[in-house]
Amino acid sequence: MKKTMMGNYAASWGAQLARVQVIAAYPITPQTLIVEKLSDIVADGELDAKFIKVESEHSAMAACIGASATGARAYTATSAQGLALMHEMLHWAGLARLPIVMANVNRAMAPGWSIWADQNDSLSQRDTGWMQIYASSAQEILDSTLIGYKVSEKVLLPTLISFDAFFLSHTMEVVDMPDIELVDKYLPPYKPDYKLDVNDPRSFGALTDEQYYYEFRYMMQKAMDEAVDIIKEAGKEYEKITGRLYDLIHPYRCEDADMILVTSGTIADTTNVAVDELRAEGKKVGNLRIRVIRPYPKKEILEVVKGVKKLAVIDRNISPGYSGIFSQELKSALYNEVDIPARSYIAGLGGRDVKIEDIKDIANDALKNDATNDLIWKGVKI
Amino acid sequence: MRLTIPEHEIMTPGHLACQGCGGALAMRYMLKVFGKDTMLSIPACCWAVIDGPFPYTSLNVPVFHTAFETAAIMASGIKAGLMVQGKDTTNVVAWAGDGGTFDIGIQAISGAAERNDDVTYIVYDNEAYMNTGIQRSSATPHGAWTTTTPVKHYKKGPKKNMAEIMAAHRIPYTATASVGYPEDFCKKLERAKNTKGFKFIHVLAPCPTGWKSDPRFTIKLAKLAVQTNYFPLYEIIDGIHYKQTVKVKERKPLKEYLKYQGRFKHLPEDQVQFLQDFVDENYELLRMKLE
Ligand SMILES: Cc1ncc(C[n+]2csc(CCOP(=O)(O)OP(=O)(O)O)c2C)c(N)n1
Ligand code: SF4
Ligand SMILES: [Mg+2]
Repeated sequence: MKKTMMGNYAASWGAQLARVQVIAAYPITPQTLIVEKLSDIVADGELDAKFIKVESEHSAMAACIGASATGARAYTATSAQGLALMHEMLHWAGLARLPIVMANVNRAMAPGWSIWADQNDSLSQRDTGWMQIYASSAQEILDSTLIGYKVSEKVLLPTLISFDAFFLSHTMEVVDMPDIELVDKYLPPYKPDYKLDVNDPRSFGALTDEQYYYEFRYMMQKAMDEAVDIIKEAGKEYEKITGRLYDLIHPYRCEDADMILVTSGTIADTTNVAVDELRAEGKKVGNLRIRVIRPYPKKEILEVVKGVKKLAVIDRNISPGYSGIFSQELKSALYNEVDIPARSYIAGLGGRDVKIEDIKDIANDALKNDATNDLIWKGVKI
Repeated sequence: MRLTIPEHEIMTPGHLACQGCGGALAMRYMLKVFGKDTMLSIPACCWAVIDGPFPYTSLNVPVFHTAFETAAIMASGIKAGLMVQGKDTTNVVAWAGDGGTFDIGIQAISGAAERNDDVTYIVYDNEAYMNTGIQRSSATPHGAWTTTTPVKHYKKGPKKNMAEIMAAHRIPYTATASVGYPEDFCKKLERAKNTKGFKFIHVLAPCPTGWKSDPRFTIKLAKLAVQTNYFPLYEIIDGIHYKQTVKVKERKPLKEYLKYQGRFKHLPEDQVQFLQDFVDENYELLRMKLE
C-alpha cells in the first residue's frame, strides 16, 4: 500500500510493522513526530506495545535495554542532544549485545541552538558498538527499521538509523508500506538464547576482570565483521518481498567513472542528480553513497573505487581538529590497499542547504585540482 | 511465637561483602521475602561487586547490572518487557545504594514514581559512596567524616529526607527499615511485594568499613539508630497515611549511637548536641504526621 508521508512517520510505521513491544521515548525536535505517532498507534490498539513515557533520553535508552534484556523487541527515537545524553547507555546496549533499533534525526549539536541537519550527533556515537545506517529517503527509513531488527537480532548488536533533519524528517514522500503478513514472515518474533528469566537465573554485566573483558570485545568485533554479510543477506531477502534492495553502499554511475564523489544521507540523493548533469556535460563522475558506516564496508568500497582516478568526499559533519568523518574513514580503508588522490569537503553543517550546483562546484573543483589533505569548506563566508 | 522471617535462603554465602556488611544482610532478607520469582536491577554500588565477578553470582535470581543512575528505569524497562510477554507476576526490584538513589539516580526514581511503574525500589543506605572509597553523599549525616569530608571539614548540613521526597510523589507505599529489625523489614517487604505500583523502601544498612565501626556491632548500630530516633521506622501509604511500625518508648541519647562509629570521633561536644537537636526536631516533624 502506498502512502504519502513525512520521513518521521515512515519511522513510526516501520516500528509498528516490526511489532515492537516496548517503546520508551522522550520528545525532541525534529524527532518528536515519530513518538507522537507511535503514542497514537499504541493508544488506538493498532500495536500491542507498552509505551513508557520516560523523563529523559538517558532513561529512554535504559528502559529499552531493560526490556530488550527480557527478550522483548524495544524501540526508541531521538535526535542530537537526546542522543548525546544517551551516550553512556549506548555503550551499555552495545556491550550488553542487545538488538535495540533506534531512529535518530540528524540534528546539529548546540550551542548555538540548532534544530537543522548535521551528522555530528550520530557520528560522535560511532564507537559505542551500534551498527549505523544513514538513510536517504523516507522509504528507506521504514525499510531499514525492519531490516535493522532482522540483522540486530541475528548478530546481537543494536542498530541506529539516522536521517537528516527536515530534509527527510519533515518532507513528504511516497512510501510503500509492505503487507504485514509478508513482514511477519520476514521478521519473526525475537527469541534470544539468553535473557532475564526466573527459571534460568543469570547475572548480566557483572564485574568482569581482564581475563574476560578483552574476549568480550573481541567477540563484539567478530559480530560486527559478520554483520557485513548478514546485512547483505537481509537486504536481499527484503528485496524478495518488496522489490527494494538495500546494501551497505549504494554506488551510482560508478562503473566507468574517472572520479567518484563519496556521500551520505540526503546529500547523496542530491548528488545523484548532480552526477546526471555532470555526465551530460561529458564529465565521467559517479556517486558512492555510504549507507552503513558501522560495520564499515571496507572491502565493498574498495571494490567500487579501486580503478578510479580521483575521489572527493563530502561530509556534513566534522571532527574538529581533523576532518570530516566519512573522509577519515574512507582514507583509512584505502591505506595499504590503493593509492587514489582524494579531496575532502565539508558542506551543509547546521542544516545549510547543499544544492545541486554546490555539488557540481565541488565535483568541478575536485576534477581540476590535485589531491590535498587540507580540508575544503564549501561556501564558508569567512 | 510465629516466625515471620521466611526460613529458606536464596542468596548464597559466597558473596563478596565485607564482614558485618548491613547491605548484604538487607539483600538476604529481601530475597527471603520476594522469593525466586524476582529480578533485580543493580546499579554501580557495593552490591555491583558483592554479587560476585563474572561468571559467578551469589543471588540465584536474574540480575541486570546497570549504570549508576538507572536502577529505577532499568527496573521499569524490565517490568515492561515482562508484561508484554505476559509475565506479570514477576517482581522487579531496583536495588541501589544511597548515592545511586539520593544523588545521581533521583531523576529516574522520580520519573518511575510519578508514572507509578509497578516495581519495588530498595535503597540500602550506608550513608556514603562506599564502593568508590567512602565519599560523602547527600545521605551522609551532619558531622560525619568521609574521604571527601575530612575531619577538618566534616559534612555540614542534614541528610536528605528521601522518604519524604518519595511520599510527595503520592506513591502507594513508602517505608523506612533497618537491618536491626528484620521482622519489621520483612513485613514491609511483604507489603511492598503485594502492592501494585511504585514501592520505595529505605533500609539503613550499617557499613563497618565506611563507618569505622566494629563488624560485630552492625546489628547493635542498626538497632541504636532506631532507638535514638536517628532513623525512625515507619511506613507511608499513598504518600499521606503515616504509621510508625516500631515504637520507641524512651529515646536513647544520640551519643550512644555515635560512640561506636569512628566517623564521628572528631565531633566536638557542641556539634554532637547540634546533631541531637536535629534528630529530635526531625522526629517531632514526623510525629506530627503519624496517625
Ligand atoms: C556515572 C557514574 N559516575 C560515577 C561512578 C562511580 N561510582 C561507582 S559506585 C559509586 C558510589 C556508589 O555509592 P552508593 O550508591 O552509596 O553505593 P555504595 O557503594 O555505598 O554501596 C560511584 C561514585 C559510576 N559508576 N558511574
Ligand atoms: S564497604 Fe560497607 S557496604 Fe560495601 S561491602 Fe563493605 S561493609 Fe558492605
Ligand atoms: Mg552508599
